[in-house]
Amino acid sequence: MTNQELRKIANEVRKDIVTAVHSAKSGHPGGSLSAADIFTYLYFEEMNIDPKNPKDPNRDRFVLSKGHTAPGYYSAMAERGYFPKEDLLGLRHVGCHLQGHPNMNDTPGVDMSSGSLGQGISAAVGMALAAKVQKKDYRVYTLLGDGEIEEGQVWEAAMFAGNRHLDNLVVIVDNNNLQIDGTLEEVNSPYPIDKKFEAFKFHVINLADGNDMEQLRAAFDEARTVKGMPVAIVAKTVKGKGVSFMENNAGWHGKAPNDEEFAIAMADLEKEA
Amino acid sequence: MADVNKIATRDSYGNALVELGKKHENLVVLDADLAGATKTGVFKKEFPDRFFDSGIAESDMIGIAAGLAAAGMVPFASSFAMFAAGRAFEQVRNSVGYPHLNVKIGATHAGISVGEDGATHQCCEDIALMRTIPGMTVIVPSDDVEAKAAVEAAYELDGPVYLRFGRLACPVINDKAGYKFEIGKGIILKEGTDLTIVATGLEVGFALEAAEKLAADGVNAEVINIHTIKPLDEELILASAKKTGKVVTVEEHSVIGGLGSAVCDVLSEKMPTPVKKLGVYDEFGESGPAVELLAKYKLDGAGIYEQIKAWL
Repeated sequence: MTNQELRKIANEVRKDIVTAVHSAKSGHPGGSLSAADIFTYLYFEEMNIDPKNPKDPNRDRFVLSKGHTAPGYYSAMAERGYFPKEDLLGLRHVGCHLQGHPNMNDTPGVDMSSGSLGQGISAAVGMALAAKVQKKDYRVYTLLGDGEIEEGQVWEAAMFAGNRHLDNLVVIVDNNNLQIDGTLEEVNSPYPIDKKFEAFKFHVINLADGNDMEQLRAAFDEARTVKGMPVAIVAKTVKGKGVSFMENNAGWHGKAPNDEEFAIAMADLEKEA
Repeated sequence: MADVNKIATRDSYGNALVELGKKHENLVVLDADLAGATKTGVFKKEFPDRFFDSGIAESDMIGIAAGLAAAGMVPFASSFAMFAAGRAFEQVRNSVGYPHLNVKIGATHAGISVGEDGATHQCCEDIALMRTIPGMTVIVPSDDVEAKAAVEAAYELDGPVYLRFGRLACPVINDKAGYKFEIGKGIILKEGTDLTIVATGLEVGFALEAAEKLAADGVNAEVINIHTIKPLDEELILASAKKTGKVVTVEEHSVIGGLGSAVCDVLSEKMPTPVKKLGVYDEFGESGPAVELLAKYKLDGAGIYEQIKAWL
């Protein structure tokens, strides 16, 4: 796909996010929007997957370690055809398969249940290790929040992945610089993120703009060339990207827009299209 | 008891893994820097390519096991009960239990019979923690024969299993013709009419000793080995309670939330029966030789006998 085509899809994903969270009257739009381009690139360009065969043992895997941004994940998956887009309106509703945080047994295409921060990366490491044991060539991708990497388990997992030379693993950090209680620096800074992953024997790729398809393409292409070590892509993004009043505002981490705000958000995104 | 064959169930665990590893290529073993103590080291020696050490990082080890299981492997993740069930509780709950992944947790050094290491390493809360997780099978084998059978049964079961093993060598009691291990099925080791003693793990052997002493006093106790705490063999417990009208539970675990609580859950709902729970009474353990600690906490044969006599 061309970058322009991917951008269009990412914009649809953003509309889906806002729509789903508005319907749920709760959820996490900020980090879903910051990662919308990453979700789109992974599911429409990078990963070897088939929505019609979501359990294919040879498929690439994705673990949403920052599980609260399920609206972004679900929206990309719905656009890709794993389940009907209408399902997004059932997000967080009783009886709907779209749980507040992803559940692999409820939603087709979800490779791992997640939501408790710091745990998804370990599962992704386990999957990458399984590929090595099984002598299969599938790749494993996991997306972490920049606040999430304050969890110690992230670094336990990183230590293991680096020491085991898991070059089929790509860790992406959605570096929007905001967590619930404020900026990363205000809360408990995990910076420098790149140097930390380097110290854990990762090949690190810094992305100046993780909302830019051209840069995402370059990063994931470079990741494929790396042998003998796992890759960390530290992607600088904008929290709430695409919705004027949500951008760079920690208040929109875990809050749904009301009807009026929803209309403004959708208008913003229509303009973008 | 000097002529009785004794072996710690942690040794049985390591040995069983080697046997299973020969048969099943999808079996992998993880440990968190305790392979010598948990006895997974024997598997590591035999199958170095299928053994992975997370280092001292139990939370990560459980998460890696979850990922391996999601990709079709059958991981046995091992550490001391304190760290497997305690430190990594939330990982077991959210990364293994919630997605119902096929992870087997081999937890050794459970209970006060850890001995000299003392309270920080004597986990008396793991059964309680693990049995609250929906879909988790919880097994506490009583000897070498049962431990090996339990490891194999855990492998065959599709779903998460918590296996609780001990450090202390204990007598082999199940090396009898007709012994059959089935997950969720308790075993009547001695029939009786005056009271029912329900025991698990290391305490099964001690319960049999206590029953012998009671018999000398004219008290005919039924002894039931409940190796599977969850799912619990309710039918067997209800039938025995109906027959005897009195139930004693014995476990090397807190009396809060373990076997005793599980038995009370069933009896209080379906057939209210007087129950005496023997175990560790809402306190921490301490350092000392395992045998002396079991005596001090009245969880050896003599201690169980004494506690039952006081209750009757």
